[in-house]
Parts: sequence; C-alpha cells; structure tokens
Amino acid sequence: MLIFEHSSKGRKGAPQSPVEKASISVIPKILLRKDSAALPEVSELQAVRHYTRLSQKNFSIDTEFYPLGSCTMKYNPRACNTLAMLPGFLNAHPLTPDEQNQGFLACMYDLQSMLCEATGMAAFSLAPMAGAQGEFSGVAMIDAYHKSRGEHERKEILIPDAAHGTNPATAVMCGFKVREIPTLANGDVDIDALKQCVGPQTAGLMLTNPSTLGVFERNIEAIAKVIHDAGGLLYYDGANLNAILGKIRPGDMGFDVIHSNLHKTFSTPHGGGGPGSGAVGVAERLIPFLPLPTVTQENDSYRYLTAKDCPQSIGRLSAFMGNPGVLLRAFIYMRFLGREGMVRVAEFATLNANYMMAEAKRRGFTLAIDHRRASHEFIITLKNEARDYHVSAMDFAKRLLDLGYHAPTTYFPLLVPECLLIEPTESEAKEALDGFMDALEQILREAEVNPELLHAAPQTLPVKRLDEVRAAKQLDLKYTSSS
Amino acid sequence: MSEVPSELKYTESHEWLRVEDDGLVTVGVSDHAQELLGDLVFVELPEVATEFVAGDECCVVESVKAASDVYMPISGEIVEVNEALADEPEIINTSPYDSGWLFKIKPSAEELADLMDADAYQAIIDE
Amino acid sequence: MPFIPHTEQEITQMLATIGVDSTEDLFDEIPAHLRAPELKAIPKGMTEMEISRLMHKRADENTKAICFLGAGAYQHHIPAAVWEITTRGEFYSAYTPYQAEASQGTLQLTYEFQSMITALTAMDVSNASMYDGASSLAEAILMAVRANRKSKSRKILIPTSVNPVYRKTADTIVKGQQIDLVEVPYDHATGTVTLEQIKQQGEGDITAVVLQQPNFFGCLEAVDEITDWAHENNILVIAVINPLLATVLNPPGQWGAVGADIACGDGQPLGAPMSAGGPYYGLLCCKQALVRQMPGRIVGRTVDLDGKEGFVLTLQAREQHIRRSKATSNICTNQGLVVTASTIHMAIMGAHGLENTAAACFANNNMLVEKLTAISGVKKAFAGMHFHETVLQIEADAAQVLRDLMDRDILGGFDLSLDYPELGNAILVCTTEMRSDADIDAYATAMQDVLTSALVSDEVSATPEAV
Repeated sequence: MLIFEHSSKGRKGAPQSPVEKASISVIPKILLRKDSAALPEVSELQAVRHYTRLSQKNFSIDTEFYPLGSCTMKYNPRACNTLAMLPGFLNAHPLTPDEQNQGFLACMYDLQSMLCEATGMAAFSLAPMAGAQGEFSGVAMIDAYHKSRGEHERKEILIPDAAHGTNPATAVMCGFKVREIPTLANGDVDIDALKQCVGPQTAGLMLTNPSTLGVFERNIEAIAKVIHDAGGLLYYDGANLNAILGKIRPGDMGFDVIHSNLHKTFSTPHGGGGPGSGAVGVAERLIPFLPLPTVTQENDSYRYLTAKDCPQSIGRLSAFMGNPGVLLRAFIYMRFLGREGMVRVAEFATLNANYMMAEAKRRGFTLAIDHRRASHEFIITLKNEARDYHVSAMDFAKRLLDLGYHAPTTYFPLLVPECLLIEPTESEAKEALDGFMDALEQILREAEVNPELLHAAPQTLPVKRLDEVRAAKQLDLKYTSSS
Repeated sequence: MSEVPSELKYTESHEWLRVEDDGLVTVGVSDHAQELLGDLVFVELPEVATEFVAGDECCVVESVKAASDVYMPISGEIVEVNEALADEPEIINTSPYDSGWLFKIKPSAEELADLMDADAYQAIIDE
Repeated sequence: MPFIPHTEQEITQMLATIGVDSTEDLFDEIPAHLRAPELKAIPKGMTEMEISRLMHKRADENTKAICFLGAGAYQHHIPAAVWEITTRGEFYSAYTPYQAEASQGTLQLTYEFQSMITALTAMDVSNASMYDGASSLAEAILMAVRANRKSKSRKILIPTSVNPVYRKTADTIVKGQQIDLVEVPYDHATGTVTLEQIKQQGEGDITAVVLQQPNFFGCLEAVDEITDWAHENNILVIAVINPLLATVLNPPGQWGAVGADIACGDGQPLGAPMSAGGPYYGLLCCKQALVRQMPGRIVGRTVDLDGKEGFVLTLQAREQHIRRSKATSNICTNQGLVVTASTIHMAIMGAHGLENTAAACFANNNMLVEKLTAISGVKKAFAGMHFHETVLQIEADAAQVLRDLMDRDILGGFDLSLDYPELGNAILVCTTEMRSDADIDAYATAMQDVLTSALVSDEVSATPEAV
C-alpha cells in the first residue's frame, strides 16, 4: 500500500510547520501556484509506521550477510553516523567563513592527508560525490594535463574488457574515444595486445587492480611502463582498494591518478544507493588540475582552495564540497582503524575471500579463475549447472534470498558466463561464511533433484519474481489518484 | 534453433535485408538476434528522410537487460519506418522477418553484393 | 581489532582450509619490492570513546551564529522522525536495489519519492535523484542536447541570474562534449532576465534555455513569457527550481502554455540538513516524451508472478552497467539515503505544511529586508519581486561588514562582489521560517551597530592624523 493510499483529505501534521499561512498575495497571481501539490495527507504516526514497515522489506548489512561482489558491503559502524550528525556539523552552512568552520575543515584536511598516505598519492580532492564523478574528474584531469602540454591529439582511453561499465561511459563523457583491451584466461591484461594499441593518440589507461575478476594484476609494472613510455597516464579505479589497503599502494604501482570509493573501502553507508564519495588522488604532476574545492592548512588554520588559488583546476563538480556528511563518516572510520587497522582490513578481507573460495571448490563449484589467489572477492561460474540442470545464476541468487542471504553480484563481470561474484569483506565472522556456503551447497543439491524450487524462488519475501518486461513496456513511474 | 530464411541477405551484426520489387530495401534484425536480446521493450527508429552511410548506427532495439545498436547495412536514405513498433516492440520477437521489420532504405550505392547469404550467416551463428 | 571478529582459532582453521601458513602468503602474487611501507602519516587507531571526544571538540569549533545565509543551501526545520527512520539500518546499510524482491522497501519509497516530486513540479516523470542541484543542471543540459534533435548547434542559453556555482559546475561537466554555454546578462534594474536580452543572444539555432525560479538573487523571473517564446523557436526549456518554493510558486510543469521540458534543482530544502554542503540530492524531472533521455535510476511499478504489486528499477538499458560507452550518463548512484529522508519529510509535512513553511520564509524575509533597509546605508539592489532571498547594497565594504556581523554572531549573508562586481558592495540575505522575530531584530541591531562604527572608522581613516 502506498503512502498516498493512506491519505485523507484535510489531515495535517500540524506541529511541524507554522500553523497560520502568512500572506503571499503581493506576489502577482501569474507567478503563483493555482492548486496545492497532490502530496499525501497523513498523520505523523501514519508516516512513521508506513516507512518503518517499508524499511522492514529491505535486506541490509545490519540484518543479513550481504556478499555483493565489487561493492564491499562491510559493517558501517554506528558511531560514524552518530558523530557525523552532531549539531555542530549538521548546522554548518556550506558558505560559512572558513575561520568559523575550522572543526569541519580540520577533519577534511586530515582525511585528505590520510588518503594520500594510504594510497601513495601526492594530493587528494574530496569533491567528487560518487565513484563515477571521481572517474570523471580523473579522466578530465588526464585531458587537461595533455592539453596543458600542447598534446591535443591524445584522444583515446584504453580500458580492459573486464572493467566496470562506468569506465567507458566516463571516458566518452569527457570527450574521449574508448579502445578495449582483452583479458587473458588467467585474469591478467593481455600485454601484447596492449602494446599494439598504444601510440601518440593514447591519453591513458583505466585499470582496476585487483581486477573485477578478483585477481591481482601481476604485470602492473610492465603495463605502467608501456603506458608511460607512450606518453599516457595511468588511472586507478579504486573499486577494489579494500583488497590491498596497507599492502600495496596505487602510487607505488605507478598510477598517476586514482579515485577511492569511500562508501566501499572506508565504510560509509550505501544508503540504498548513495550518497557515495569518489575522492580523487593524484601524483605530483597532476596536482594543479585537481577538482575544487580542496582544503589546505596555513599557520595552524584551514581554508578552502578556490579557483583563484588553482587556475588550472578542472573546476567544480557540485555546488559546494561534495558530500561532507559522507566524508565525515569516512574520516571517523579511518581514525577508528588507524594505520595498523588498515592493513588488517586487507588481510582479513582476503582471508575471508580465499577461505570461501577454497570451500566453494571443496563443495563442488567451478571457479572462474582457479589456481590463483583470490583478492577480496572471487567468482563462481554456474555454466555447468546451467547446462546440466537448466538453472541460472539468477535462480541461485533468488533462492539464496529465500535462505536469508543477500545474493552475490550476478552476471558481472560480463566475461564470465552465469557468474556469482562473491565478496565477504573483513567484518564477517567465520560462521557467517560457513552458513552462506552451506546454503549455496544446499541449492546445488536442490538444482540436481528439484530445479523447479530454484525457478520459483523467492517464495518467502514480500513479493515473488517481478515482471521487468511489463515494467519497461507499460511505464508506471508515479502514483496518480486514478491509478 | 533460429530461423534463417534463404532469400534474405545478412550482416555480421545480425541485420537482415530484403530487396523489394520497387527497388527499396527492407531491414530488420534476425531471429537469432531477437533471441539473444530477449523480450523487446522499446525500439528507437531513425527519422524518415535521414541519409546514412553503411556502418552508421541508425536505430536502437532495447530489451530489459540490453540495448543494442542496429547498424545501417548499406548506404542510403530512410524512406519508411515501421511505426507499429512504437507501441508493440514485441512484434520483433514474434515475427522478426515479417511484421517486425524496422525500416526501408532507398540505396545510394551498390553494396548489396558485399553482404552475406543465408548459408554464410548460418555458419556465423553456429560458431 | 576494530570491526574484525576472527578468533585465533578460526584464523588457524581458515588458513588450513586454504592450505597456507599465514595471511601473508595470500599476498604472494604482489611483487615484493612494491609492498607498502608502514603508513606512518596515519595516526594509530582510536577507541570509540576517544573518537567521540575528538569529534565533539571539532563540532564545537564550528560557529553557532544565527544563519541568514542561503545562496543554494537553506536552514529549515526537519521533523525529528525524518532522520530517526532514515538511519534505521535497513535503509542506512542497504545497497542499490538490484535484487528487487529483497529491496521492496527502498524501491517503493523511491516510487513514492518520484510521485511526490512530480506532484511538486507538475512534471510527467522524475528519476530517483542525481548528486545535487548543480550537477543535476549539468545532466539536464546533456539531456537537452540529446533530446532536441531539431537543433544541431549544441548551444545553451544561461542567464547570469542563474546560481554562479551551478553555471561553473555545468561548465566542468559538459565542456568535454563541445557544448556551448552562452551567458545572457540580467537586467540591472529588476535583477531578472528579460525576453529582449534572451532574444539578443538567442539568434539562430539554440538547443535549450535555462531559467532559475526564483533566480540566484531571489527574484522572480517572467517564466511564462520566456517558456512560450522558447517553444515557438524549437528551444527546450530547462527549469532550475527550489522544490520547497514550488509548493506556492507556479511549478515548472505549468510554465507558459505547455510547461518546461526538463526541471532540476536541489532537494536540500526538503529534509536535508545544511551539513557543511551535503549530502543533498539533485532532482531531475522531464516530460514523458524525454523519458528515455533521462540519466540515472528510475523505479517502476509492476506485478510479480502472482499478479501482486511490486517495484523494480526500470529502463536500465540506458545505464552505464549495460550500455557502457553509450550510456546516457556515467552516473551509477543516486543520493538514496537523502531521498529516503526527503520522502519521509514530504509525507509528514504534507503540501499544507510545506506551503506554510514557504510562506513563512517569504514573510520573514520581507520583515528582515524592511528592517535592514530602514537603516541608513542599506538599500535593495533590485526593484523586482523577490521571494526569501534579497540582494542588498551597502554603503561600506561588504566583506568587512559580513566579518563584523560575524563578530556579533550573525551569519549575515553571501558576499556577491566576486561573482557580480558590477553590483558593488552587495550581499545576498536569506530568511527562512526558522528565524524568529528576535533573530531578525538581532540582525537589524547588529547591522545598525556595524554600519555606525564603519562610518566612524571611515571618518577616522579619512583624517590625516590617523594615517
């Protein structure tokens, strides 16, 4: 039932707004609204009950194991939320003079510094509001860098075929042509193919390491050399930074620019799809191009750097300073961990993934890439099960929901047929991992004897499988009183 | 097993072509292509009177999980589009070679001979 | 170990299952010489008690001055229930609703959000939100370029009465795509853009025109007239709005004869705290005909196998994870959690509550402007009608006046001198429903005080002895 269907004409939430409506009749009628917006008219209790009940229809980290590959669904410490929502932060207007905003700016400056140290980059900007905006600013900086050197012909970005879809979408948004680089069966980039593709037209390469296939790119130094020798720059997609935090730094691998998904590695909440943060870090030569604003420290006080300070900047990405509430949560999380805690993140995320991968193999599943270390995630391919029992990765995913587990990422990376991309994260205990593997094995047995059980899943959730074709064909995107 | 009518011409990107009596060429997507795409939910047709060169992207067919470009198989001008697809894109699924046609071209070059016949196309989709 | 549950015994068992001796062995594919040094510049870990102390101290360092700043972010009342429910773990720690059956809470809420935003804007379709108002304008421009097939120029008219940071952000985001953002000057008497000025810049093929209502100065633009002219000339109209004020102002879907084609704006006034600049969310709406050009997530209502109502992400084939380099945008996320708050906010406030809030802003701002302009040396910059923000010109250095007001615990407004030097010493003041009569009086008293001492110090510095 929709909130609109709880509505009764004339019902008001009186104590939440001025009781009397002030007159606005001096405004010419033509500029005024003719009729009230058709919002629901409900009591506060009705709204509270409705949205509390809706929340209960969600799976979440706080309620279920959520091994969604490539998304790093780790515990979001409650204290990060409580402390980021202190009134001193919530009531800060974004245009407050810097001198009056020192507490907040100190947190942002410290966050920039810690990100530099953790990734081996020279400087960071916290402005990008999501991973995709981080990518956008990284690629825009690569463009600005080449143009500043008069190299206008560098109009091609190289991207491995295993990459996230945002990589090519971003490159095109920045005005580049995209060329795909094939991946070898062992998960490494095909370096011979890469060599064939570079030239004076090469602006850069976008790489995720460990890759979306869940393995570390072993030839990273050779790849960096090929790109740099051709005059290009190396972009690090930080989607999988959790796997290597404190173990190896993108800066030391030769990357010139990186974005870090703070909502993954640094545990800010996913919030049902955002807000995120795609803080972007650069090597020395790209510092002038960083997006605005950044925070600097001068004589024990902090201030925003603006276009006046940074004339070569690629510019602003939002009205103010990215998503400060998210940045505060990441800052608090990093202070919780400290330098010793960061290393443990990678160690235990990797331990959990490799343990589950070993268990998956022992229980008869086919690994997409065998005989290699898993990073913080690994891939099962269900192509044999699909062939033998006519069940798909989708069927496994839906049946897992019935058994109380959020499904892993399905059908990504696109290169692996019928795949489940599984990322447990470091914050899950062994019994959660074992429970999940038991469930997966149970489903495998069910597929052998009763595939219908999988096809019909889920049975225990608020709805069964939904008709996506109907949703796309008969678009119903909003409530209308007649519908 | 998808259908590959022998009287049509084909491209590697899964378009089919039929030369009509009036010299116009009708274009659609093959049975094999519609099977790969699944239930179609939308077709973005080119505008009539637009001229394209062979290989241009001229049309998009969209299912729930994929959106696929249709490439102009030969150079020419669009003279008619299948308006019925606007409301019922699923016609492509049920009748890819007949009522599910996409558009008609007035060819501007002799390129038909370069295209594949049914046997060659069958060999490609069997791979 | 913070947030890591493993016992020694479990670690030993897990390593044995994998067949290695230590966790270190799991990193043996990483070249040894590339291994990271100790991260010395990062402090050691803290307990929750220690962090709590640090954060309270830093939060207390921020000002508690009374806020008369607006310029794109506004201090409004938010019912306590809004963030109480929003930060429930089931909303807070869920991911993007790709597994629809396990995400009906977020999906239905988003559908309700889309319904409420379309009701407010009187537009046909809303998406599930963009990052913020400024980036939403950038996406609206890209969308207009894709949608207006009759126009080949990729030329967009933007009046300088549109928020300057929105214009800067749009420039950053669209400049890679050969789009020409053409500035149209505002009329210095009214603070609004006239149709004549738009026509002057609008010779030839134009793709779209941007109109902000109320504009950055708080002034009300002649949106109907400009919208109708644009449509007669095959120009798309992009509205930038404040959704709270759209509850009383003519909404973009009703501008002119047929309404704006695309509407965007920042959702912050509907339930998001100012929070030093975010997270907020960008709203983005359009006419039905443009729906497939819309970037970002969209939720649709459908049925399940039993015919029961349910909600899914729809039109996903436009998005980056499927369409890759041909996607409508590279955007993946929406500002889900803020949208959650905003939806609950709109439900609790209702149209009635939001209208009263908007009207109170208008009344309070008029009261403030009246009291400030009664002070000698303060006057309104523009004759036009304004809503809850007003440009005031001051006969003293604006930046210094704002600093002096700050010393008196008044956050007095936005200094316009950088973006609009032609206005001289001008500030943009804003008054919301949160400002009491006492707050407004306190501002007037402080301004009187500041200007009096400024006048005195001017006289002092003008005398030779003082130099």
